[in-house]
Amino acid sequence: MRWYGRCARRVEGLENIALQALSGLASASSLFLVASGLTVIFGVSRIVNFAHGSFYMLGAYIAWSLVTRLPRGDFGFWGGVLAAVLIVGLLGAAVEVLLLRRIYRAPELFQLLATFGVVLVVQDATLALWGAQDLLGPRAPGLRGSVEILGLRFPRYELFLIAVGPVVLGLLLLLFHRTRWGTLVRAATLDRDMVGALGVNQRWLFTSIFFLGSLLAGLGGALQLPRESVNLHMDLSIITEAFVVVVVGGLGSLAGAALAALLIGELHAFGILIFPKITLVLVFLVMAVVLVIRPYGLLGRRPAGLIAPGPAEPVIRPAPLALRRLGLAALGLAVILPPFAGDYALSVLTEMAIMVLFAASLHLIMGPGGMASFGHAAYFGLGAYGAALAVKWLALPMLPALALAPFAAGLAGLVFGAFCVRLSGVYAAMLTLAFAQIAWSAAFQWVEVTGGDNGILGVWPDAWAAPKLAYYYLTLALCLGGTLFLRRVIHAPFGYALRAQRDSPLRAEAIGIDSFVVRFAAFALAAAMAGIAGGLFAFAKGSVFPTFLGISRSVDALLMVLLGGVQTLAGPIVGALAFTGLHEQLVRLTDYWRLGLGLIILALVLFFPQGLAGAARARWEARHGDA
Amino acid sequence: MLAVEGLAAQYGRAQILEGVTLGVEEGEVVVLLGRNGAGKSTTMKAIMGLVRPSAGRVRFRGQEIAGREPFEIARLGLGYVPEDRRIFGELTVLENLEVGRRPAPPGMTPWTPERLFALFPSLAEMRRRPGARMSGGEQQMLTIARTLMGNPRMILLDEPSEGLAPVVVERMAETIGALKREGLSILLSEQNLHFAGVVADRATIIEKGRIRWSGTMPALRAAPEVREQYLSV
Repeated sequence: MRWYGRCARRVEGLENIALQALSGLASASSLFLVASGLTVIFGVSRIVNFAHGSFYMLGAYIAWSLVTRLPRGDFGFWGGVLAAVLIVGLLGAAVEVLLLRRIYRAPELFQLLATFGVVLVVQDATLALWGAQDLLGPRAPGLRGSVEILGLRFPRYELFLIAVGPVVLGLLLLLFHRTRWGTLVRAATLDRDMVGALGVNQRWLFTSIFFLGSLLAGLGGALQLPRESVNLHMDLSIITEAFVVVVVGGLGSLAGAALAALLIGELHAFGILIFPKITLVLVFLVMAVVLVIRPYGLLGRRPAGLIAPGPAEPVIRPAPLALRRLGLAALGLAVILPPFAGDYALSVLTEMAIMVLFAASLHLIMGPGGMASFGHAAYFGLGAYGAALAVKWLALPMLPALALAPFAAGLAGLVFGAFCVRLSGVYAAMLTLAFAQIAWSAAFQWVEVTGGDNGILGVWPDAWAAPKLAYYYLTLALCLGGTLFLRRVIHAPFGYALRAQRDSPLRAEAIGIDSFVVRFAAFALAAAMAGIAGGLFAFAKGSVFPTFLGISRSVDALLMVLLGGVQTLAGPIVGALAFTGLHEQLVRLTDYWRLGLGLIILALVLFFPQGLAGAARARWEARHGDA
Repeated sequence: MLAVEGLAAQYGRAQILEGVTLGVEEGEVVVLLGRNGAGKSTTMKAIMGLVRPSAGRVRFRGQEIAGREPFEIARLGLGYVPEDRRIFGELTVLENLEVGRRPAPPGMTPWTPERLFALFPSLAEMRRRPGARMSGGEQQMLTIARTLMGNPRMILLDEPSEGLAPVVVERMAETIGALKREGLSILLSEQNLHFAGVVADRATIIEKGRIRWSGTMPALRAAPEVREQYLSV
């Protein structure tokens, strides 16, 4: 997280408070540049663009390369920044043309997955081009040093940044309200099909909005050059913050983004003074509170698209006999082969079994539940931490500690779910993300209990389960049991109710199904199941770390489910196996495993929009007739 | 001007149109009559490319347009006025008109906001009002005006009288008459037989996604059994 360290000065007196407020304004300004791009892109395309952070990072890297190569001085610096910004804008437009244009009609989470594929590709491309070490840029000519404000020194460049935000906001407002292009963009934000029926070529409009949005991200990144080092973590740290700003402000609202950036920027600046121990939680806490009180953000409106649900999802049918045989055969192999496998293979198999349960639990929410979760790692991680803390503080043996895991995670699922299941679509996903980040921050910052970044070590299985083979069988039994239980739930009356409220909320209510209760119960159940997976994972690794609850693990879970296919029961299983296997192989084979994974994701999104299991099934049915 | 032949369309697995055939000659007003859910709106959307036709041909001014994108169809000179109006609520009246603006084909006097305000005087008084803060009748005027800004040769008018007060419906009929005198071809869908009788030259009756009857308005007036079978509720 970026803006914290700089502000950590002791503050006495009013002058310092004023300076702190200025510092918050500078942060807000930078944040607004990035968030404004994200929000205009969402407004028109309805795509939650994960790759936006990558364009921010590319802005910084490209600006570094240009500025350090061009002659020193005003022209070299500002010319380099400007050129970098334009290049990033063109890259954004290229991504739109080559990738996103093909998937505008795909489900939201699928689009998100695609943009995450871009994130991975850009990460490794950046690593390959610029290397892993942090890069330091030159200071901005004419804006070096500091000025004296109220007797205290304040960096000149920060003052410049404070001015940039409002100037860009003003220019954007002029662009959107005083030009034909802006009017078309605003109209497309409200009803893009109607704009098309009036003769406007939306392709051109979408490409141009991606150009503008990416350009703003690039500008935000390039302007960080004199301020901090350029590094490979810029993309994900900024995208989380930008999501928070955009969601708090109201998706698609430029003024909302400005307001929220101000709020978050100042929150960073003062949070560090008032609540130094919970700085990380604070931002997400604010986001959660805002979404609970105003579900569509401060200045957002209820999106028109969410009122009318789409066509009903395909009915889940029993698997064809051949598929069942295949599943049984795979299971047979999973039981018979391991005694002949080495330690490494056993670790991988254990992890695969855990991931199958983890993915299956998320699938319950996403598939039959029709909800989006962007923070499923929270429950996985809380299960892991629940078990680990029981071992560390209560000195419990393995089995009772494991038994605690689903309760720890389920409890969190009950609390978080009570808020999350009221929302739908992107907003629900963002609220789950906020809660997951709160859990992550607690694990990270509550050092006395959780050990912070160092995690909790020495969480080993009891003697009888210590051999890798024994632990594998324990894991297989529990995960298989959990996964079969989830399948049973989907085919029980509860599962019918869950799918009924997904496909037609009104009709479901009319026949006496309480959608809220059904969704809530499914959410909590999924959380508890993810908790079991997490507990098993803790003992498999012998330790727990905050990364267990991190965004990237949530994304892994999403990838597994979407890879396999949301609308088949075999999907999460196939997806978890494919993802875990692929990930292991790629990491072993190459340093650039992200590139490989990213390209595979992109290929999947473009060529197998139903996921692996879905595509396999479609082919099967095409060959053998409708089962 | 417009010739539709065997047009079929479906939503998911539900077949809505099962072969619609109809035609509109230059300068003619044709009304598509039918009960709720008969397929009137879907016919219009399928002609406009907003619903992808699954079969059939649509020729507009000699060009095949079935399967083409809505913006391309609009650019050929076919305007679409949706049933639910779909005004851009946060845009002002003038901005709504701006979104619809397209260059006029050679030889046509282009529509300008001023010309449209002469046609719809009530809009002239609310140029800077956001679309969301207008009455239903005013929105209906605006959505027609917005489509006219594209200088179309023909417009598809989906249930223009729906949900409007009788006085406003009467004004709407006058407006359609004025547009016809401008030389515009119009295909309009209606449930209101009286309104249709005032404005249309010919009628085509649709039921369950098929065309059941076609003829002139006088012929329809002389055929009570047709009205009874397909139109009475």
